[in-house]
Amino acid sequence: MKKVFKCHKISEGRVEAEVVISKDDIMFYLVDPKDGKIIEPEHDIEGKVIANKILIFPSGKGSSVVQADGLFQLMKRNNQPAGMIIENAETVLVTSAILFEVPMVDKVDKEFYKEIKDGDKIILDADNEEITIL
Amino acid sequence: MKLTKDQNDLLNGVYGEGAQLAMKIQVAIGESFGAEKMVPITRAHVALSNQDADLWLAEKLVKLGAKCRVSPTVNPGWCVPFFKEMEMGKKEDYEMMERTHEAYKKLGATLTYNCTPYIDTNVPNYGEIIAFSESSATPYANSVWGARSNREGANSALFAAITGYVPEYGLLLDENRKGTILVDVQADMKNDYCYHMLGMCGKKIGHGIPVFTGLPKHISPEALRNLGAQLNTSGAYDMYHIVGVTPEAPDLETAFGGKEPERKVVITNEDFDEVLDKISLEGNREIDFVMFGCPHFTLKECIYINNKINGRKLSKDMWILTSSHVKHVADLMGITDELKDAGAYIVPSTCPDQDIWSYLDGKIGLTESPKCAYYPQKRGINFVIRDLDTCIEGAITGRVK
Repeated sequence: MKKVFKCHKISEGRVEAEVVISKDDIMFYLVDPKDGKIIEPEHDIEGKVIANKILIFPSGKGSSVVQADGLFQLMKRNNQPAGMIIENAETVLVTSAILFEVPMVDKVDKEFYKEIKDGDKIILDADNEEITIL
Repeated sequence: MKLTKDQNDLLNGVYGEGAQLAMKIQVAIGESFGAEKMVPITRAHVALSNQDADLWLAEKLVKLGAKCRVSPTVNPGWCVPFFKEMEMGKKEDYEMMERTHEAYKKLGATLTYNCTPYIDTNVPNYGEIIAFSESSATPYANSVWGARSNREGANSALFAAITGYVPEYGLLLDENRKGTILVDVQADMKNDYCYHMLGMCGKKIGHGIPVFTGLPKHISPEALRNLGAQLNTSGAYDMYHIVGVTPEAPDLETAFGGKEPERKVVITNEDFDEVLDKISLEGNREIDFVMFGCPHFTLKECIYINNKINGRKLSKDMWILTSSHVKHVADLMGITDELKDAGAYIVPSTCPDQDIWSYLDGKIGLTESPKCAYYPQKRGINFVIRDLDTCIEGAITGRVK
């Protein structure tokens, strides 16, 4: 059965993809642009590939520059995340998501976090502020 | 969001396509944070980076005819005349930096190429509404000067400089500036380096606005610079409170706005050791070079290093990155030449995370700044992190404990 959860739009768009869940904040500069693999040592999802996945993580981190450049490098090779679901919106990440047109939402129903598992397929519909677990 | 006539004109392209794009994205940012209106800014600082995304955006905005209404100071790329004289760098590096320079010049930026505007080149007054990017700058402007800025990205700060407005949300509003986390510092804060380590405890401190207690009464600008820089390397912080330092924190109760802290965290020497273990290469090794100035070193630090070296010869190159103002005074004082004789270079208007340093790829550096060590990992440059004195001795002996 499909389960639908409410959320709040940050950056517009609608995508369907598998999810990758990170407990740690993410900085896109320490993601390898060639394959979208997290290369930050000691990171919760070090070694995992985020290319074309919907990334679920608490928040962005890192200097105001590297977040945008990290995403830009991934986009040049089509290895950016398909979408992003975050808990704490912060300006640096929000601006980059809007500028590079990566769908992004926050304020998701608490229930969603209990249900969602790594590798689940979902529809992230930022325009209608809805997430559907398939 | 409710917009004024001027803001609507910007959005509708009356001031050209560049200003229109900037306003469009700012409105989207404002809406995602639930802002009700846009407010004028008096200052901006753009974390120019001379990287692909930075150049792409700056040239795009130039092409669309954008011009800054509030001329922003800018972060460093790297100093073309200095590296030309040193005969360093590839042709592509020069082309890129010259393109970045031209683009920002056309946008009407104030070309300071300095990442410590809050000390050197763009100091706000209490209560000013500003748009500051650069990880060390936003917390300093909010927490030390009491100005009001969200943690702007290089891109969103540039948009603000172009339109002259920011959406009103977050730290622009009184209620969002109160502390939420009590951070009791029990670690020994014996020098400026310790504030690097405190800032690197972001994972333990967690999301929110920290209120630090247990710190010494007098804290140097350099220490506060370090704290902000590392808080935004280990996490994302736009503001902190230090009782007696932050204008909005005359006492603990005011810092928390009369509320109880959401969380209490104790930071000890063991936390510093644990952090250092994670971020630094192991010691007891030979090093290839020493680098300081991420963020830019002050004149005081240049003088300190020169005194510590005290005429001895370094066995490894030392690079000290500063603003061009600091370099100028150091030149006048004869410090630049004395350091050069020893084998240390004061490098103006330059950032460590630039392609111009590519000759260091695969080499082992020594620095006191975790931020300096963190980003160049991507370039295959790895660092041992130690306090300033140990780094200076390391440059002399060529080894680090």
